[in-house]
Amino acid sequence: MNAYNDTSLSIAQPHDLRLSAKVGLGMVGIGLLLITAAWFGAKLPAAPGLLAASLILLTAGTVIYARGLYLHLPEGIKNNGVWLRAISNKGAIAWLIGIVLTGFYVLLYWFPQYLGLGTKDVPSSGLVAFFDPLSKLLNGNPASQWFVYGTLYTVAILAMGYKFILKYRHSRYQVVRTISVMFFQTGFAFLIPELLERLNSGKPYFDKDLKNMWPLNYDFFFDWHLGNLLKGGGFGLFMLIFGVAMIFLISPILTYFYGKRWYCSWVCGCGGLAETAGDPFRQLSDKSLNAWKIERWLIHSVLVFVTLMTVAVIYSYLAQNDGKLWLSKDAFTWGTAAFFLVTGGLVFAFRKRFEGLKDQTAWLVGGVAVLIGGILLINTFSDAKHILFINSYDLRKVYGFLIGAAFSGVVGVGFYPLMGSRVWCRFGCPMAAILGLQQKFFSRFRITTNGGQCISCGNCSTYCEMGIDVRAYAQRGQNVVRASCVGCGICAAVCPRGVLKLENGALDLSSRTDETRTIRIGKEGVSLV
Amino acid sequence: MHVVILGNGISGITAARFIRKLSDHQITVVSSETDHFFSRTALMYIYMGHLRFKDTQPYEPGFWEKNRIALKRAHVERLDAGVKTLHLSGGETLTYDKLLLTTGSKSNKFGWPGQDLKGVSGLYHYQDLENMEAYSAGLKRAVIVGGGLIGIEMAEMFHSRHIPVTFLVREKNYWDAILPLEESQMVSRHIRENGIDLRLSSELKEIVDDGNGRACAIITGAGERIECGYVGLTAGVSPNIAFLKDSGLETNRGILVDEYLQTNLPDVFAAGDCVELRQPQPGRRAIEAVWYTGRMMGETVAYNIVADTAANRPSSTPDVSGQAVPRQPYDPGIWFNSAKFLDIEYQVYGDIQAKAPENHVPIYWEHAEGRKSVRIVYDKNTSAVLGFNLMGVRYRHEVCDKWLREKTPVETVLQNLALANFDPEFYKTYEKDIIGIYNRQSGRNLTSRKRGKLDEVIQFLKGREVESRG
Repeated sequence: MNAYNDTSLSIAQPHDLRLSAKVGLGMVGIGLLLITAAWFGAKLPAAPGLLAASLILLTAGTVIYARGLYLHLPEGIKNNGVWLRAISNKGAIAWLIGIVLTGFYVLLYWFPQYLGLGTKDVPSSGLVAFFDPLSKLLNGNPASQWFVYGTLYTVAILAMGYKFILKYRHSRYQVVRTISVMFFQTGFAFLIPELLERLNSGKPYFDKDLKNMWPLNYDFFFDWHLGNLLKGGGFGLFMLIFGVAMIFLISPILTYFYGKRWYCSWVCGCGGLAETAGDPFRQLSDKSLNAWKIERWLIHSVLVFVTLMTVAVIYSYLAQNDGKLWLSKDAFTWGTAAFFLVTGGLVFAFRKRFEGLKDQTAWLVGGVAVLIGGILLINTFSDAKHILFINSYDLRKVYGFLIGAAFSGVVGVGFYPLMGSRVWCRFGCPMAAILGLQQKFFSRFRITTNGGQCISCGNCSTYCEMGIDVRAYAQRGQNVVRASCVGCGICAAVCPRGVLKLENGALDLSSRTDETRTIRIGKEGVSLV
Repeated sequence: MHVVILGNGISGITAARFIRKLSDHQITVVSSETDHFFSRTALMYIYMGHLRFKDTQPYEPGFWEKNRIALKRAHVERLDAGVKTLHLSGGETLTYDKLLLTTGSKSNKFGWPGQDLKGVSGLYHYQDLENMEAYSAGLKRAVIVGGGLIGIEMAEMFHSRHIPVTFLVREKNYWDAILPLEESQMVSRHIRENGIDLRLSSELKEIVDDGNGRACAIITGAGERIECGYVGLTAGVSPNIAFLKDSGLETNRGILVDEYLQTNLPDVFAAGDCVELRQPQPGRRAIEAVWYTGRMMGETVAYNIVADTAANRPSSTPDVSGQAVPRQPYDPGIWFNSAKFLDIEYQVYGDIQAKAPENHVPIYWEHAEGRKSVRIVYDKNTSAVLGFNLMGVRYRHEVCDKWLREKTPVETVLQNLALANFDPEFYKTYEKDIIGIYNRQSGRNLTSRKRGKLDEVIQFLKGREVESRG
């Protein structure tokens, strides 16, 4: 019975690599070797040629590999052998890659000195110094470990994005979407911030990535960041206003019209890496009902955590600068409390308009009450530094360590080959949580299912990177409206019977999730039981 | 009340789920094939490495206990309807109050010499897949006999593992008894484009024994010998009813049932591939071995089993919520089906015939690259739309169904054709080209009136009048 549960032992050869694909892989290997050599040859002088060569080898090698892999085959779905190969079925090579990636993130976040990061007195060496030429070219300063990371991240999205485009070249939705994530990573996350850094070189640092919004960018409202934004002149002020507008205006409007996909699978950098470099691992996400339960508890807990922390941090900042700013700490507290009360009240008042909300209403209202209670406690018990008897700086340290680094980076990317490409987006990202709530209760987006055409094969569920059991909806002719859906569109692409379509419509907002089965069982029809 | 369901395929499981929704009856599903329900149509994806076996199972193992559906792994050898008892292999017996037979199909074998050798099999059961897997190691070539939907699946399966395939098709073009000529040629081209050795107008004469009881070659009708290590027999399927021969059940090719899916025996029902309708609806076949009809029958028969509970068989009995459960005649509605030929998706709605009757007028558009086409057929006399045949283009089931049910004039359909388009966003649309072909054929000057936005579709489906012909 279980003969197929581990077919990685199959002796069939699902893939015969073409020569060009082998050449491409070889180039990637040499590129990686150069970077590794630079990392360990700590004395290696900063050599612009060597850096350029390694980055070009990585990118061009992947491009050549992808062309050798896909171009000789007819356009169409390319999932042959996915579960038969060790790399995509948690075999030895997958574990190896997982461990190397995880280790890299551990070094990056907590031990950057082993990447060669220097101190005030000692210049950087090794891997970090290797990237100095590019860093100086772009922002005028020597590289940091974050510059190294950002560069490699961008190269990964560009090179693997190209591979993704060839793999799904029959689908214009996939091609357009992937060009979008490549563009936003290269331009908005990488080049523009680096160049702006150069133009603002005298001023204190603040985040210059326009698309990086709170709460994914959880330190946006930290006191040092707010302070630097305010000291950042006209551009700093613009970034502050734009950042707030993104949270309260731009993202809700876009999510209403298109669902959270406009961000999660078209713009976001985490999503960009998951959709490109993470694509070979998308089938590894857990589809069980249990995983769904864990997901809902975890991601919404992170959202509550980040919200409480941010309110506390802003409160501390305002308390320290009381009288110096247009906003007082008391006005902020009561304003925030009112915001949550009104939001909670509106949700409660309109809950009948939204399908699926009823059982969750108690939780939502309860959650809001906790938030408000928390804020009032802050106001009552805290002085300039302390909230809820905990130092707000400790709170942010815990968040930064647990969520910001361990969850989003180490687990989020390091576990790609073992748990799929969207672990962070599904279980941890507070941005995804907010957009998800909007998507579920107030958005025109849904995945439509095509009448009775589903054959329950399971391709859609298997290749859903968010672990949504798409088939459960499709086989009963129900639209898929799920908070976690990032709208990548792969379910619709892999469906062999043309059953799924990502669509936006306003006419049926309150009944989007009804079952609309076309299976007739009588002349007069039968209502659902 | 104990309902026993024989067979855990789509018909049996759909019936079990709906009986549970409608009643508190004790339900037992018996299968000798697998422990749990899986999607039979997905077997190919396991072999190709797209899915694991567990991915083809739509419900988690805990589902059955939660819904109080008992699963029994056993082989039924004989039905004794007089005492309402099933005799299982090993001597065990199982009694029922109501019996539902959903035993599915078996692969056809037409008496070819060597058809029972090792390394010769159809593709229907899970065991057929295990068999294919067992013979795949070191396989130099596979020969597939029979150009239907399962044949092309099997060809794609071996092809995905780089095992050379020779595909014998008796007809002049692939599946040309069902597909109109152009579509049939398109698929034939596509099969060859993938490097599969397609032999049209070729028949199997015999399968050669290697001396050890295993197939080593086949000989075609033309006398050619093709060396191979595996022979796939995919010349259709027929109802799996051999073990019911002496049960008193009236059978022909399948188990004969009335419109309520009841057999001639009291308290015995049947659904899915194994049934033969005594009175199929006009234009429909008595045996339709298709996933979709199996699912519809499963749902219908659930209502009839629950409605049939009372001793005097009134027209309805109360369900768990106290509401009356009406008996339901089986109504499959407008014909629809779908498949995927390697990379070309296929959908059909309504009446599309390979040899079109005289009153069927086609509007046929084909993309220049020859991998997409749309065929819309209408009635020459009434101008009502009759059917849609789609290759590489997706159309909305509900929209096509509504047009077909309402016998909508073809010109109304064409002007609103964008409503039917179900291709993903950003895809090129072809409504204008299709209307252009009609305009050239008829001398009319129609234009497209819709953009195909979801809101337009919802408005249309919720019953707003379609603009009349212009």
